[in-house]
Amino acid sequence: MKKKVVCYFSAAQSEQPIIYRLVKNYDLIVNILKANINPAKEGFLVVELEGSKNKYEEGISFLKNLGVIVEALSETVIWHEDICIQCGACASFCPTEALSIDRESMEVSFNDSKCVICGMCVECCPTRAIELHFEVREAVH
Amino acid sequence: MGYKRTYEEINEKIRKGQAVVVTAEEVIDIVEEKGLEKACKEIDVVTTGTFGPMCSSGAFINFGHARPRIKMKKVYLNGVEAYTGIAAVDAYIGAGQLPETDPENKVYPGCFTYGGGHVIHDLLAGKDIRLEATGYGTDCYPNKKVDTIIRLEDLNEAFLFNPRNAYQNYNCAVNLGDRTLYTYMGILRPNLGNASYSTAGQLSPLMNDPHYKTIGIGTRIFLGGGTGYVAWNGTQHHPNVLRGDNGVPRVPAGTLSLIGDLKQMDSNWLVGLSYKGYGATMAVGIGIPIPILNEDILRYTAVRDQDIYCPIVDFNEGYPYSKPIDLGFANLKELKSGKITINGKEVIATSQSSYPRARKIAGILKGWIQRGEFELTQPVLGLPSAEANIEFKSIPERTPNGTSLNARNRRD
Repeated sequence: MKKKVVCYFSAAQSEQPIIYRLVKNYDLIVNILKANINPAKEGFLVVELEGSKNKYEEGISFLKNLGVIVEALSETVIWHEDICIQCGACASFCPTEALSIDRESMEVSFNDSKCVICGMCVECCPTRAIELHFEVREAVH
Repeated sequence: MGYKRTYEEINEKIRKGQAVVVTAEEVIDIVEEKGLEKACKEIDVVTTGTFGPMCSSGAFINFGHARPRIKMKKVYLNGVEAYTGIAAVDAYIGAGQLPETDPENKVYPGCFTYGGGHVIHDLLAGKDIRLEATGYGTDCYPNKKVDTIIRLEDLNEAFLFNPRNAYQNYNCAVNLGDRTLYTYMGILRPNLGNASYSTAGQLSPLMNDPHYKTIGIGTRIFLGGGTGYVAWNGTQHHPNVLRGDNGVPRVPAGTLSLIGDLKQMDSNWLVGLSYKGYGATMAVGIGIPIPILNEDILRYTAVRDQDIYCPIVDFNEGYPYSKPIDLGFANLKELKSGKITINGKEVIATSQSSYPRARKIAGILKGWIQRGEFELTQPVLGLPSAEANIEFKSIPERTPNGTSLNARNRRD
């Protein structure tokens, strides 16, 4: 299974090599999408975790046991339909066809569940209709 | 030859709300079903549309006078310079102009978040715009500095005057090099990583009137959500090029210079754009009605995407250095399928021009004409046709010498 999650760390937790443990002990493929972690400072990590269902769940338990708050990630890339002019340029760059064109109407649509948040669309959109947005809470205590 | 009608007959029907109007997309099936002769008797007007980045666009503005009066030497709108080498408080804001503070490509590729096109868009959206102007002061214009906030409604005049719009056909850009290119055709991935085209094809105004038989100087049009007019042929208007049997050029050809009152336009149809690594520009919405004066004109409007080809151009060396690299032509129907084949390789293709928006414009214009709100105008002068043999020139390479340098100062 493959899932995107947000992990919130306290200052103490951010000192630990959490990613290393997830890879080594739980055989998970870890793709860091966004991170804001500094030593001795609280922070967050947006990751895509891929592995067997058992290992995934064990990995999540491991994080939770450490006191890391783990939440499912949602609404990661926002496509502002009102700003989009429907040129379709983004569809060349979207690796997963999350942004795709209906070839009959030539209209662009965005399928959130296919998005891997690579950010290519943000660069190539001339109207800046696409925004990378992580629903991350302000502070973790 | 066959059925004929005049502008006046069409306008009479428009005034009565009886004109039969179809879009350049709808006309294709009608002609196919009914044949030219029957369709020509039925259809009065075909509406076209296009909505894409058109850098050669901008607006003339008159700010009104300050107290005391100022002769502006430099003027900035939200930090974007407008050209004011004309009368005291007149200026021209160009779509591609950038703020002086823009880092441009110093950190490559630059973002070009805001430019002249965005200023025009913001004016239309009713937003506050910072106006900063400086002058050197004269007896008649003593003021040296103005710093204030303006809105569209405060301006005496604001009219869009675009030197080159609605290009008749355009290149399909690719990258044969080995690094990513950031161009006005968008991001081009190396080694034929993608193809980028920009035309509304079968909906595009000049594709539907390839020999400029109805579109000419004075033609009333949909421009930026309001009405406008064809002012002149556009810059780089170059009609005598390779054309298909249907008359449609296979390379960029005719262009239009357009004019219209900005105050009755709409921010949905003039949109500021930012091209990474290239610059800022503006998407312009244009719709042009084509009066079906005879079967010939109708036949041209029935052009289909599969009948339209555009040249595939390499933007690594071919375009920037004008190197003749022959990559052949791409068919528009194939381009719209999202994939074309170049040198045996399947390449993803997307557009810079918005087809759904082009369709919407053709539909809006159709509605205006059907409701009797928009009458057609007969051009006062035609655009130069292929027979005019216009030559497409480049900048001459000459070494400035004493004579040419002194010429600048020779006023005595």
